[in-house]
Amino acid sequence: MTVPQFPDQASAVPHGRLRKAPEGFLDRAGIQTVFAEGRKGRRDFIRGAFAAALAGTAAAQAGAQANPVPAEGGDPNILNLPPWSTGLGQPVVTDGYGKPSKHESNVQRRPSPGLTQTTQASVSFAPLQSLFGIVTPSGLHFERHHQGWWDIDPSRHRFMINGLVKTPKVFTMDELMRLPSVSRFHFIECGANTGMEWGNVAVPTVQYSHGMLSCSEFTGVPLITLLEMAGADLKKGRFVLAEGADGSSMTRTIPIELVTSGQVLVAYGQNGEMLRPENGYPLRLVVPGVQGVSWVKYLRRVELGDEPWNTKDESVHYIDLMPDGQHRQYTSIQECKSVVTTPSGGQVLLDKGFYNISGLAWSGRGKIKRVDVSVDGGRNWRTARLETPVLDRCLTRFNIDWAWDGKPAIVQSRAMDETGFVQPNYRQLRAVRGSRSIYHNNAIQSWLVQESGEVKNVQLS
Amino acid sequence: MSSCRNAIAALLAAACVLPAAAQDRFPGIGRAATPAEVKAWDIDVRPDFKGLPTGSGSVDQGQDIWESKCASCHGVFGESNSVFNPLVGGTTKDDIKTGHVATLKRTDYPGRTTLMKVPTVSTLWDYINRAMPWNAPKSLKPDEVYAVTAYLLNLGDILPAGFTLSDKNIAEVQKLMPNRNGMTTQHAMWPGNEFGAGKVKPDTQAKACMSQCEVPQDVTSRLPAHADSAWGNLHDQNRLVGPQRGAVTVDAAKSGAAKPSAADPLAAAVALTQKNGCTACHGMTTKLVGPGFAEVAKKYAGQADYLAGKIVSGGEGVWGNVPMPAQTLSPDDAKAIAAWLAAGAKAP
Repeated sequence: MTVPQFPDQASAVPHGRLRKAPEGFLDRAGIQTVFAEGRKGRRDFIRGAFAAALAGTAAAQAGAQANPVPAEGGDPNILNLPPWSTGLGQPVVTDGYGKPSKHESNVQRRPSPGLTQTTQASVSFAPLQSLFGIVTPSGLHFERHHQGWWDIDPSRHRFMINGLVKTPKVFTMDELMRLPSVSRFHFIECGANTGMEWGNVAVPTVQYSHGMLSCSEFTGVPLITLLEMAGADLKKGRFVLAEGADGSSMTRTIPIELVTSGQVLVAYGQNGEMLRPENGYPLRLVVPGVQGVSWVKYLRRVELGDEPWNTKDESVHYIDLMPDGQHRQYTSIQECKSVVTTPSGGQVLLDKGFYNISGLAWSGRGKIKRVDVSVDGGRNWRTARLETPVLDRCLTRFNIDWAWDGKPAIVQSRAMDETGFVQPNYRQLRAVRGSRSIYHNNAIQSWLVQESGEVKNVQLS
Repeated sequence: MSSCRNAIAALLAAACVLPAAAQDRFPGIGRAATPAEVKAWDIDVRPDFKGLPTGSGSVDQGQDIWESKCASCHGVFGESNSVFNPLVGGTTKDDIKTGHVATLKRTDYPGRTTLMKVPTVSTLWDYINRAMPWNAPKSLKPDEVYAVTAYLLNLGDILPAGFTLSDKNIAEVQKLMPNRNGMTTQHAMWPGNEFGAGKVKPDTQAKACMSQCEVPQDVTSRLPAHADSAWGNLHDQNRLVGPQRGAVTVDAAKSGAAKPSAADPLAAAVALTQKNGCTACHGMTTKLVGPGFAEVAKKYAGQADYLAGKIVSGGEGVWGNVPMPAQTLSPDDAKAIAAWLAAGAKAP
């Protein structure tokens, strides 16, 4: 067995087993070396790290239990009544728009350091490691802006339909909100989600590896209704162009089939309230199953046409480089994918014993049919429970029991959608797409649970 | 007789209404857009140049615009990677002949420039017109967009010096785009009936093996321990209750002290520099495109009024030959940032 060149430093768990804190420091040169080595394909430089982890001396297992019986006849949290049991609480409407508990302040969306040079053409990642169920709280929804975000006055926002229509139309927000509305749950995932991991591990946690993913209930008007009101020529009109009202005026081509089937929505509602400004207030397009860039924010115009547009985000970005030097263009569907969110990278399990492995699965082609989970790096699998609701092109929550024996384990999930598509592992994905695609990485994610309980983002090959 | 006439009238009316039902289902909602309104917003340009305004601009004119409005982010030669990915580089004369950028096959080439990727000149024209300059989008006139596009293509050795690009010759220029043949739509990820849809199966055909599966077993990639702190203290990025905690990756005492409070005036000033896009070109202490805030603070200590003026007007020559464009921030923001700079540009 080879000795790992980057041995782990023990990390401290403030509650539970206490371990020595690392002397963490930022070494840019070192990080760049690793990225460069990974890019060169020299991933063998840490080959055998898992084997070494297995062979490593056992960490102290006799740490504090999570819920011991104290010596003094009982837990003081039970024996001594706390203030909230013995005093008067706060009045109603202390806060007209309530906020999460002050104890939840660690649950934040975050940028990934060094990913972008500016804060306006940038991205923040949703904290998937801390979320339950399938709905992303609106304030934690991931952000992707190309030229900064705006809080647009809805009374000054207009929506226009033009192109191959009998009468180009203009709508106010008041008018759009008078029309019959539908409400649907859908996931939205950036095409570049997990894009940093194509060649090698590049980020520590599920927030940074998979956090350009969110799921909301969206409320709005089917785009087809508005096109029909303008007298759309749906024989000649094969594509629509959606365009934003912000500085970047994002434009994307969308096939008419998604529109005529009533799936594409012109949405103003999100999780019971209006869209958040960072997510396109007051109007955005919802294109179920398709990458986030097509869900144009601050939507000002839809044009019906007979040819695709080849916009900047269809021919400079959001194109997938293949090993033969060709780029795949108009890759739009987010293929079937899943990830375990607990336990996940950067976390430390408190002790041996029972855990509920929990994660998210989704597919741009329909409903999730099945999710399997492995704790031995993909050798053996068990089928997880899918929690309801299981909806079309929506996040699906899965859970499965796991009694951790304290030995190193590699946790993976593998989703299958209703078309029978099975989520690939990295070897299968790279075999057809290489490692320079940037976009549409839907590979199986591996989390190495070390004996210390600390979880690491790893890739196997 | 009259009832008969009414019946016929009703039938006629129905005949007129039926085909237009979709339009008339929602009376009082929406109105016809005026030609001026459509013209104001319908700015997209397609690969067949539908939507392209008439006009022209030369490489020389483009260079002047470039140096005043584009170079601060993209570099004088479109080569800069300090703010955005480089625009120019990686293409050859041979690529112009083949329409395939050969560099894209190389795995050792660092990064991809815009000219290595973009297949259509319409895309450049459309994007520059709708979204550039980054902090003043839609401010260029059509002739200026032609000029900037011409200069960019000249930087990539696609157009010669002295060339004037126009709506008349842009279709010929399209035939020179180095990666014009570099795109494929033969994949299963387009959700419509066009391209490879229906003909091409998903490219990964994984099977759901359940036991004793033949899979890779070696951990061959993970972050080195010294990279752990690059994302801050992961302990503070996980909930403090539940089945696990975040790993401590940064000394808690240090990370706790560094947290700026919302009421901190220094933090408020730094937030203004971020809100107004200053940080796209200025680092806190070090030079990015323009000088670091600390460098500015040192040179102009106490000169808040002068700095407020310079922020609004822009300038050139003091810190090198890359000009700072005039900024469109609010007077209050400019004053607040200038005051913070004049007082030393201290970090919160």
